[in-house]
Amino acid sequence: MVGFFVVAVVVIVVLVIGFTKQPPTVDYSNAQSGQPVDVTLQTVGAYGSAPHPTWVSYLIKDPSTGQWVHTSYFQVPAHTRVNMTIIQYDSGSPLRNQQIGMVTGTAGKVALLNGKPFHVYNSNAGNGVGHTFSIPTLGINVPLVGNNANANLCSAAPCTEKSPHNVLKFSFTSPGSGSYPWQCFVPCGLGFLYGNGGPMQTNGYMAGFMKVVA
Amino acid sequence: MSVAAEGGAVSEGSGAPQGTDEPPRKEASHGWRLFAIWLVLSAIVDPLYYIFAGPHIPPGRMSSTAGGAVFDFNILIVLAIPVMIGVWVYMAYAIIQWRASKGGPEPEGGPLAANNFKIQTSWITITTVLVLFLAGFGTYELVQPEGAGGGQGPNPIWTPTSNTVLPIQVIGQQWKFTYRYPTFGGFETTQLVVPQGVSIAFHVTSLDVIHDFWAYQLGVKADANPNQDNVAFTTPYQLGSFVVRCDELCGIWHGAMYNNGAVVTKDQFEVWAQTTEKALAANTKLLPPFAYTYTPDANGADGGYYPDNVDPYSKVETYGATQPGSG
Ligand SMILES: [Cu+2]
Ligand SMILES: [Cu+2]
Repeated sequence: MVGFFVVAVVVIVVLVIGFTKQPPTVDYSNAQSGQPVDVTLQTVGAYGSAPHPTWVSYLIKDPSTGQWVHTSYFQVPAHTRVNMTIIQYDSGSPLRNQQIGMVTGTAGKVALLNGKPFHVYNSNAGNGVGHTFSIPTLGINVPLVGNNANANLCSAAPCTEKSPHNVLKFSFTSPGSGSYPWQCFVPCGLGFLYGNGGPMQTNGYMAGFMKVVA
Repeated sequence: MSVAAEGGAVSEGSGAPQGTDEPPRKEASHGWRLFAIWLVLSAIVDPLYYIFAGPHIPPGRMSSTAGGAVFDFNILIVLAIPVMIGVWVYMAYAIIQWRASKGGPEPEGGPLAANNFKIQTSWITITTVLVLFLAGFGTYELVQPEGAGGGQGPNPIWTPTSNTVLPIQVIGQQWKFTYRYPTFGGFETTQLVVPQGVSIAFHVTSLDVIHDFWAYQLGVKADANPNQDNVAFTTPYQLGSFVVRCDELCGIWHGAMYNNGAVVTKDQFEVWAQTTEKALAANTKLLPPFAYTYTPDANGADGGYYPDNVDPYSKVETYGATQPGSG
């Protein structure tokens, strides 16, 4: 009986710790008020380290140290222009749903791909789309155009700009304070059911929160 | 026993003289008194509910099917209230009238009740009538109006009476809904806008796991299954916005899988649909032709198990047109 009780308590503690464990939050909210904030992310085809070296992942650049942090949580000030830069190091493919090939919810409904503005990306052409950066509740969606899969792509994070990459830039105005889930809409969880398991279902990889603080 | 006699069993003076024991007569008068209390309370509470609470029962009357759901809820509650009152009245009566501290008899359950013809026949009759009525009523209400807003599969049995039906395709994917308007060039958008007073046929499907399209205030709810065209009908009556939620646990952002829709006038709808058709034209021509279901392509899935089950020669439209290396 006592043994059962001990086991039950241990199981509950492990579950609670497991469920409440969160990736670190990269803080962009210390910028001068009224000034736009510059948020920088990268996507990599394989994280390269434990616990899931084969999983695709996002990383976020810490503005105070310049270091890449393995997380998908970032914090920005409310009602502020957010300038996003995403360096995409992964390959791409045709989209399961070309609807997410559209740029939506950004300033001017536009994004820059290596400096060139675009509204729609045809994922059936070229190297396709590797991931998206999407905040569905804010209507934001930007397809991250893929790199040539036959090139010598970066396979362990953090990647440097020596590896082939595409740079995507876009802006939006942050909403009022709150936590806004964001995600990738490309089923990029290779080897998982519908490609939607693993990294697609795990915060810190292809899913995360944008925390907005007043 | 003395208590029972004193409290309620007003003996009509002609009782069989069996000393102090007159169980049948006492049972009967308790029964009539319980029935009277129950009848009066039910006659008061039922109309009160129907008049004051009835009009405010969710999901409101935004559409034909929402109004139908409100009507059904109200009928069920009007039937359930007397049942609930019956239980409560009996419980209160037993506590007050038959409690041990009053020197009453031991509770007469089990064996004694088992032979009571009246209790048994009335119990069986009442529950049978209730259940049969509910089965009949429920079946009929699934028919009208327009199939009650539920998903009826690809070949709906109950269809709208209107000749003009606007088809809107609802596509579930992890984790958002998109909407295709086949009669406006087949554009696909995250906005759900519907015209007032027009019969709508929602064609609900999924590109991955099972989702569930729940347009709450419209009283529409239909599962979104991959490779299934699940049809649900409604006619919006009131202008305004409504909420769409996914109602089938579908992964990490299931809870964030919602959006607002809007019922607008026919004219506003025409303007919106034509404007959106133009605005999205560049993307629409990259979409696969409109089809009731779509099989995600091997490459489109970027790996995963799904492609292994896909028949490349299936008549089902491949979502994402021809893919390099999809076999
Ligand atoms: Cu991804
Ligand atoms: Cu869902």
